[in-house]
Amino acid sequence: MVSRNTTAKAGRVAGKANDSKNVGSGNQNDKDLLLSFYEEMVFIRHFELKASEMYQKARIGGYCHLNLGEEATVVGMMRATQTQDYLFTTYREHGYAIGKGSDPNRVMAELFGKADGVSRGWGGSMHLFDSETHLMGGYGIVGGQIPPATGAALAISYKNDPSPDSPIVVCIMGDGTTNIGAFHESLNIAAVWKLPIVYVIVNNFLGMGTSVDMASGEPELYKRGASYRIDGIRINGEDPLEVYDTCLKTFKAAREEHRPFLIEAMSHRLKGHSVVDPAKYRSAEEVKVAEQHDPIPLLEKKLTELGHLKAHDIALIAAKAKERVKEAADFAEQSPNPDIGQLFSNVYSKKPANDFCRLPGEPLFDEHSFDTVTER
Amino acid sequence: MTIKTYRQTLHDTLAEEMRKDPDILLIGEEIGHFEGSYKITAGLLAEFGPKRVKDTPIAEEGFTGAAIGAAMLGLKPVVEIMTINFSLVAMDQIINHAAKIHAMFGGQANVPLVIRTPGGGGQQLGASHSQNIEVFYAHIPGLKVVCPSNPADAKGLLKAAIHDTDPVLFLENLGLYGTKGEVPDEDYVLEIGKANIAKSGTDITVISYSKATTVALEVANELAHEQISVEVIDLRSLRPLDRKTVVESVRKTSRAVVIEDDWLTYGIGAEIAATIQEGAFDYLDAPVRRVAAAEVPVPYSKPLELASLPDAVTLSKVIHQVLDATAFNR
Repeated sequence: MVSRNTTAKAGRVAGKANDSKNVGSGNQNDKDLLLSFYEEMVFIRHFELKASEMYQKARIGGYCHLNLGEEATVVGMMRATQTQDYLFTTYREHGYAIGKGSDPNRVMAELFGKADGVSRGWGGSMHLFDSETHLMGGYGIVGGQIPPATGAALAISYKNDPSPDSPIVVCIMGDGTTNIGAFHESLNIAAVWKLPIVYVIVNNFLGMGTSVDMASGEPELYKRGASYRIDGIRINGEDPLEVYDTCLKTFKAAREEHRPFLIEAMSHRLKGHSVVDPAKYRSAEEVKVAEQHDPIPLLEKKLTELGHLKAHDIALIAAKAKERVKEAADFAEQSPNPDIGQLFSNVYSKKPANDFCRLPGEPLFDEHSFDTVTER
Repeated sequence: MTIKTYRQTLHDTLAEEMRKDPDILLIGEEIGHFEGSYKITAGLLAEFGPKRVKDTPIAEEGFTGAAIGAAMLGLKPVVEIMTINFSLVAMDQIINHAAKIHAMFGGQANVPLVIRTPGGGGQQLGASHSQNIEVFYAHIPGLKVVCPSNPADAKGLLKAAIHDTDPVLFLENLGLYGTKGEVPDEDYVLEIGKANIAKSGTDITVISYSKATTVALEVANELAHEQISVEVIDLRSLRPLDRKTVVESVRKTSRAVVIEDDWLTYGIGAEIAATIQEGAFDYLDAPVRRVAAAEVPVPYSKPLELASLPDAVTLSKVIHQVLDATAFNR
């Protein structure tokens, strides 16, 4: 059961379309839509670059996986969701959290492990959660999100009939995830129970360093739904408009028909698996290919050719993004650490009898543990 | 009070709760059309329909995880995993997810989920189908683990588990399904996290849970004829663990034996013994003894299987050894 988070600010960064059901399918001439995609992609790029910088300055701990190169998929897909839709995603989810409406300040604060973080400092980079925006978690275990996402869709179908207003679940995963058992078990369950869920595979061609071809008997991953008669589609994840259009259409079908779908979005990872990964398993040529597929210059070129963007605008948008990201980092820096006195307060949602709340080294019992002390 | 089997009590309690709360649904393999591997859910599909009694594919990780997600959105799923042995393929979802979601996401979501599953040896089912692996789950903060030893407790703890807002493993036992006992007719709810003094006594404390409690009570009743007064503590809940009730009893009796159906090494009894030495060290007249399963994969052959499992004769012998070592005078 999700409790409402009253402190989070809703709203999307650089986004105009807060609710996609009011927006028609985009087209090449929709200048405002394309520009807003561009602005949000640039913002997420700078957010991730700042996260990388802060990680290297040891302001962020643990693991830190970035959406660098994935921004078109992030923005196109999140714009196609409605606020009421539930999002279950991976540990590479900063951009998705922001795209779904989380306050970037609170996302950055979570990376810093601070009390104002979206997960109150309990989750970190891999475990962002925001009840206000229906971000139902980034999940650090590969594929761990897939069964719960499927069950969330069961809860939707339990309470809602198929309709244009039905919420759906969007469940994001990486290419490597399609090899785990939970992927296949969940797709099968979603098919037999006719659940309103769209599984999205972000295929960046690499697990950590193991390629899709090395790991997958069927490397065209969208075909893997066929075993369960789930319609699958492969799209160009570098094109935010293609992602947006496909997602909008697919999400609509999931709402109105209550059945699962599978989308495979092809994109490239510009850097290593995580901030600390130098990616030595990639040749210079492979890195060059990834850079050629960087969605931001691609969109920049397209918008420039269409006459929607001038060099001056590009610089302005970048400056604005950097400024906003700096504000998020400052907010995170100034946010207090979580209170150690609250260490045990989230183990259970209600304190049980004989709850065990001892810090390391503390004795099991103290002088108050027993009503009567019988001397021997 | 009505005399009922443990099996019938589970069935009736599920039906009673489902009638009261439309958000409760049952999820598991063969629970509907087949009416349950152990017939706990017999007739429930007919009464509640396929929306609330959901037969699943054979996919423990998938459907257990799905129940977690459904619970995050406010449903109250009661999952049946056919035996605890099969829960091992769902452990990622139970331990990495159900147990973590409330804390890891800063208290924003909770998982009001019940997982019912039977364990236990003694049924000649061989090594992979006869395990008592409750300690795997009892080790994990964020989970609650209850293990009723009789029909009345089965009712009281199942209701408590269903009403609970956090994930509860409700551990049944194949050897208990056919056992009978008095069950309160009223809306009987026990508090999770509290042990029960199943029989009061003054000479020695026997700590047990689940089916081992029936053995402990049998031995306690026999030893009463020898003027030995045994106090039997039924833990009822393995997490949270009611350490206080255990220690208070041992402070009174000065002697303690644990009987457990799991393996001894790192088992439930190890935690109980450590608790007693810390809470009642100065009160103990003898070391705490543990009667647990032999450390072998449980065999199929009946004589071998019986030799590997704790029983009343063994418990009685160990109790006598402890009493003799402390020069107990009847």
